[in-house]
Amino acid sequence: MSEKRDTQDQAEFREYCRRWLEENRPPAPSVRLPIAPIEVSSEEQRQYLCAWQKKCHAAGLVGTDYPKEYGGHGHKGFQSIASQEMGRAGVPFMINVIGLGMAAPTILVHGTEEQKRRFLPPLLSGEEIWCQGFSEPGAGSDLASAQTSLVREGDNWIVNGHKVWTSLAHFASWMILLGRHSKAHKYDGLTYFIAPIKGAKGVTVRPLVKITGETGFNEVLFEDVVIPDSLRLDEVGKGWTVAMTTLTYERGAAEGAGSGGGTSVEEYVNELIALAKRTKRGAATAWDDAVVRDKVAQIAIRAEGLRQNARRMRIEALIDHPMRIPLQSKVLITELIQDLSALGVEIAGPHASRYLGDPGAPDGGHWPHSYMNSYGMTIAAGSNEIQRNILGERVLGLPKSK
Amino acid sequence: MALTKDLGFGPDEQLVRDQARKLLRDSVPVDKLRVLVARDHHEAYETKIQPASWDEGLWKQMVELGWTALSVPESAGGLGMKTIVSVALAEELGRVAVPSPLPATLAATAVLKAAGATSWLEKIAGGEAATLAITPESGSWEPGDTDVEARAAGGGVTLHGKAAFVQDARKARLLVVAAKSPGGVALYVVPVDAPGVTVTPDRIVDLTRDQATVSFDGVPVDAKSVAAGEGKGKAAIEAALPTILTLLAADACGAAEWQLQTTAEYAKSRVQFEHPIGFFQAVKHPLVNVMLGIDRARSLTYAAACAIDDDPADAPRLARMAKAAASDAAAYASDRSVQLHGGIGFTWECDVHLWFKRQKHTEQLFGNATQQRAQLAHILAAAV
Repeated sequence: MSEKRDTQDQAEFREYCRRWLEENRPPAPSVRLPIAPIEVSSEEQRQYLCAWQKKCHAAGLVGTDYPKEYGGHGHKGFQSIASQEMGRAGVPFMINVIGLGMAAPTILVHGTEEQKRRFLPPLLSGEEIWCQGFSEPGAGSDLASAQTSLVREGDNWIVNGHKVWTSLAHFASWMILLGRHSKAHKYDGLTYFIAPIKGAKGVTVRPLVKITGETGFNEVLFEDVVIPDSLRLDEVGKGWTVAMTTLTYERGAAEGAGSGGGTSVEEYVNELIALAKRTKRGAATAWDDAVVRDKVAQIAIRAEGLRQNARRMRIEALIDHPMRIPLQSKVLITELIQDLSALGVEIAGPHASRYLGDPGAPDGGHWPHSYMNSYGMTIAAGSNEIQRNILGERVLGLPKSK
Repeated sequence: MALTKDLGFGPDEQLVRDQARKLLRDSVPVDKLRVLVARDHHEAYETKIQPASWDEGLWKQMVELGWTALSVPESAGGLGMKTIVSVALAEELGRVAVPSPLPATLAATAVLKAAGATSWLEKIAGGEAATLAITPESGSWEPGDTDVEARAAGGGVTLHGKAAFVQDARKARLLVVAAKSPGGVALYVVPVDAPGVTVTPDRIVDLTRDQATVSFDGVPVDAKSVAAGEGKGKAAIEAALPTILTLLAADACGAAEWQLQTTAEYAKSRVQFEHPIGFFQAVKHPLVNVMLGIDRARSLTYAAACAIDDDPADAPRLARMAKAAASDAAAYASDRSVQLHGGIGFTWECDVHLWFKRQKHTEQLFGNATQQRAQLAHILAAAV
């Protein structure tokens, strides 16, 4: 079955993806997989997921639209189809999420020919994992106040600083790093680097434990780390511009090199309804409660709204401002997941007190876990408060808040 | 689920919408609207019969441009355009909050189309304004619930009873009446000035519409008046319901966008504490939330419009979602537009009240957000 909007080529590619996914669905892993790539913590999980990404990449479902000389498959407009089909098939996600979603498009836009040829192929295949070094203890929402220092010494740079929220750093070969070469200018004092992590002298990766009790993200300390100038992305002083490219992709306003798999929002809504239907409330079920139905319907409307926003976004005549819908997506999806999970907790009632690993926990403890974890998303990539400032200023033209 | 490319909104559709946008912006500037409907608060709310002011010249222009013929099939003398065109038009009407029988006529057209009432559709295409008289005094929006009865009388049929919440009854020429009869609900079309028809205007909050209770005291109807025969009326209303809901959602989206832009402009110019108030996040973030709500509602509205033509089985779900989202967006945009205008927003002289009141009215028509979600929940549960 093809989608009505597909061209002939796209329909054939979609069919290919479906067939391939059907025939190559990976066997269930021996260890429990986390819900999102940023929570991968064990070596067994890493091996399983890296093998899966490699297979998907070889089959053309990852890096689909990237040029062949950079390890891609040279198509145009096929990546979203591959990602949709992976989502639909419910196969595992791509582990190299920061590489695919943020580093790859940033390197493609700002990298030198040499950098693209060196870094993109192993990134797309998952042989080299990437992490992101943006946030610091003193630079969260105000990202441009990053202080990690970059001092030039001949053909090298000496890096000193402290990065936090670095998901996947414990597996990463490389980091996209935003640092400061000059204190004289807030924005123009920033420069963007590709920093070596695994085995690099002076780099310490320490796990941070999340609110959920899981590891998966880290803090990374740089002490007199030497980075060659050839790993600089774009010009000295252009760090903020490069970071904006990364954030455009991170916030979901543009499509990266593939994501694939995982559970779709529509599936979560259906799980919510199923949960309400089987959760007993005396002689009735939670679904028999009109208030519960109303709340579920509100969530379903928001989920469908997101889907239809994405559809309308492509039709110029039906939008008022080019960035109006793209800039909304991060706020909408993260708050939807948060509220959807909170509603799952509410519906499950006392059963929601049971957490991951408890045999009596509904859906394996997914609801409280997903709820707590959702704060990672509403805070990351520029907190939703910052997103609302950006929307108010860039789309509605309101004066800039401090 | 298949999604249609471009939502069916191509160059022809855009042409009609852009022409409408321009005509309405030029013909109904806010100072003209104010003079038309809110010149005097005594006149608006305290005269014995509330005025129903509208621009009949503008209506004639709309008819000449073919707006009443847009969604009428070509076989009935219309243009047979896609539903999304009427929906885009409804959005523009809401944006300027214009008093006009067009929204009511588009809703009536949807019902007559579902009933296959070709001769009446021809009249609408030719410029007769129509409105639905299908709702009982209880305010039930359930298709087929009506207080009007069709009784056999001396070889003919006469209508008895009352229809409530009839929209723009004093601007319309034709009434589409749902009446109970022994064989089930039927639909009749009756001229508003037919003998035995009495239009009693309600005194309503919204100054950009009129609404009435219409009584039928033995109104004779003949075979020509029948739009849907006995037992076929309810299905026709049901089939038209997604269109009716989507048109209302579009009106609310257009009006909400006016509220958003007007309030954002005010927030850029009004200075307090040495800053334009839009500098403060207590003002900025709610305005962004208004925008998020509007965009959700608009996307769902266009999706519903597209489904009505291309995927009718899914249209009720999307139309319920659209009307619920648009009602919520209307409520929030109304709330913030008055509050963020501050002291002046509470006064008659500030135009925001005209849109506020239109939105309060639109929110309720054919079921508010809560009512839509109650229906939607059943649709959703059936699929899980």
